[in-house]
Amino acid sequence: MAKNLQSTTSTNALDQYLELYSDNREAIDARSAEPLNRLRPRAFEALQGRRLPHRGDEGYEKTSIADMMAPDYGVNITGVNIPVNVAKTFRCDVPNMTTWLGLVINDEFHPASTLQGKLPQGVIFASLRDVARHNRQLVERYYGSVAPLQEVPVALNTLLAQDGVMVYVPRGVKLDKPLQLVNIFSSATPLLAWRRLLIVLEEDSEAQLLICDHTQDSTTPYFSSQVIEVVVGRHARFDYYDIEESSPLTSRHSMLWLRQDEGSNVVVDGMTLTNGSTRNDYHFQLDAPHCETLLAGMAIGSASQHIDNDSQVDHNAPHCHSNQLFKYVLDQQATGAFEGAIKVNPTAPFTEAYQSCRNILASPEARMHTKPQLEIYNDDVKCSHGATTGQLPADQLFYMRTRGIPLEEARTMLMEAFVMDVIDTVRMEALRERLRHLIEKRFKHSFMACSDCQASSSTCRKP
Amino acid sequence: MNLLTVKDLRAGIDGKEILKGIDLTVRPGEVHAIMGPNGSGKSTLSQVLAGNPAYHVDGGHVDFHGVDLLALSPEDRSHEGLFLSFQYPVEIPGVSMVNFMRAAVNAKRKYLQEPPLSATEFLKLMRQKRAIVELDNKLASRSVNEGFSGGEKKRNEIFQMAVLEPRLAILDETDSGLDIDALRIVAGGVNKLKTPENATIVITHYQRLLDYIKPDFVHVLYKGRIVKTGGPDLALELEERGYDWIKEPVDD
Repeated sequence: MAKNLQSTTSTNALDQYLELYSDNREAIDARSAEPLNRLRPRAFEALQGRRLPHRGDEGYEKTSIADMMAPDYGVNITGVNIPVNVAKTFRCDVPNMTTWLGLVINDEFHPASTLQGKLPQGVIFASLRDVARHNRQLVERYYGSVAPLQEVPVALNTLLAQDGVMVYVPRGVKLDKPLQLVNIFSSATPLLAWRRLLIVLEEDSEAQLLICDHTQDSTTPYFSSQVIEVVVGRHARFDYYDIEESSPLTSRHSMLWLRQDEGSNVVVDGMTLTNGSTRNDYHFQLDAPHCETLLAGMAIGSASQHIDNDSQVDHNAPHCHSNQLFKYVLDQQATGAFEGAIKVNPTAPFTEAYQSCRNILASPEARMHTKPQLEIYNDDVKCSHGATTGQLPADQLFYMRTRGIPLEEARTMLMEAFVMDVIDTVRMEALRERLRHLIEKRFKHSFMACSDCQASSSTCRKP
Repeated sequence: MNLLTVKDLRAGIDGKEILKGIDLTVRPGEVHAIMGPNGSGKSTLSQVLAGNPAYHVDGGHVDFHGVDLLALSPEDRSHEGLFLSFQYPVEIPGVSMVNFMRAAVNAKRKYLQEPPLSATEFLKLMRQKRAIVELDNKLASRSVNEGFSGGEKKRNEIFQMAVLEPRLAILDETDSGLDIDALRIVAGGVNKLKTPENATIVITHYQRLLDYIKPDFVHVLYKGRIVKTGGPDLALELEERGYDWIKEPVDD
């Protein structure tokens, strides 16, 4: 039975979730698995006397997780009424690219029929709960090992997440096709989904993961809390592309925690095309020498969209190279925030770490907040950071107009051009092309919902 | 009928009046040179005619083949046949020359209620027009003016002019930054595009360009007014004597 939370008069939005847990411990455990269940008491403990981040808290200057989580969402503890047929009918195609496809409907993993039995030997792309039931040791070894319970939103996710997705690539295996995960909300009533990803790449392995966040019903409010833990082994290579195309009533708090071992190479790209209110956290631990990390992000905002990206890259070992590039284009009343920190510890000489955040406010009402931070405890480093926020360049607009290009079209062309270097960080040609197309469409229609998919020829289609 | 009739045009920027009553008439088939010392308002005149929103028009009237030019947006001025070759062509990172020109060509066709060009027709047009200024094909895939040499930028301007086939082209200091070979190519391009129906206004500091693009009239702009008009000989005289003999009567 779906359980609807009551709105609470308490000033602490967290209490309603702690209460939910206390009242439903057995039911929560029953639909999950021991490696997940065994962390719940610790998460519960860690949450005592705490509260969810409010606007104005350190690191949350423009986004209140407490407000995002305050509404009366339903939480589907027993997992009933999940319309599995969605998994059969919903596809999310990138032309010229075949993928290993899986779907998460609300919080539950459903493999596409094309996935069954076809993955290379030893590769896992499956329900976290199922893997935890059959391969307990594997999940216990990594689950909760990267994302710390001291973080309230992480602890809350750990307390209530019942399923999720496990990606495991054994030593030396290089996947020749990307994995694709489609997250989709499907519920007639407001719903909160706890989503969880555990991604482990063993030594010398390679994988690319494409995630598409969708909402089926743009008239219902949804919230997703997702914790993504990534462990990248020695000399492994991992690409993570996350595209959000959700609805104005969708909120999400996504927390990616990633740990890199020696000589590994990682690209993480987060792209918000449409959404309601989004907060993405990126935490990187570069724990061994010669890691390479590229973190890129792009946000296109219009109407009252809100997009907040927060990054923390910790250099803990010598000779690592990290690069961050974030770009926002905000129109109408959209708001954006970026806070990014690079920390170079004493143990990390010969670090190269760069960060750039550049933004365009396309309307006088749009707002952008940036806070780049650099902490260096070491002399032998090359580091830089920069943040700029401006308008579309008047000289470029005028030049284009003198060639007959109408103002609106010129604006669109410049906005598209502005984010192209983020698209260029994508290491899959077919996806780059698709993104260029999606972005062009996105700028032409200031809003497109997933339900308009076919008409607007978005990434996904419903046959 | 006159192609362009400027009457008592007064305009400026940031509240400062720069053009203080310009009168100018251009007929089809003519080439006009506008010369003058630094700061006299030459570039302002070209920017105001092209419709740069940074400038304010404070008075006067501009008739462009029967159309009230000052009432039009910059894009519609272009569609009506006005072209400005920029003194400093603007770089547009991330917008390829091909996409830029396709947008420009099809916007004009839409304005004239013509269907957009097919991909093949468009590429053929680009090929033809590139040849006029010997512009390298490889520039087509590059961002507009980004990484172009000074000569390439100016040739690119004339290439765009060739594609858009304006009735009136204003060349603002097109010779600046050009070596003698590039100057010859650019001027050659302009001359090839000359017809009895169109006209050109050449804005220049130096007489040098006028050896290649022969003007019918030479105007001297000083302190926001055209203070002297003559034939091609006036340019030669200015080259020899400088501007002092023109400035003095105005300053007194």
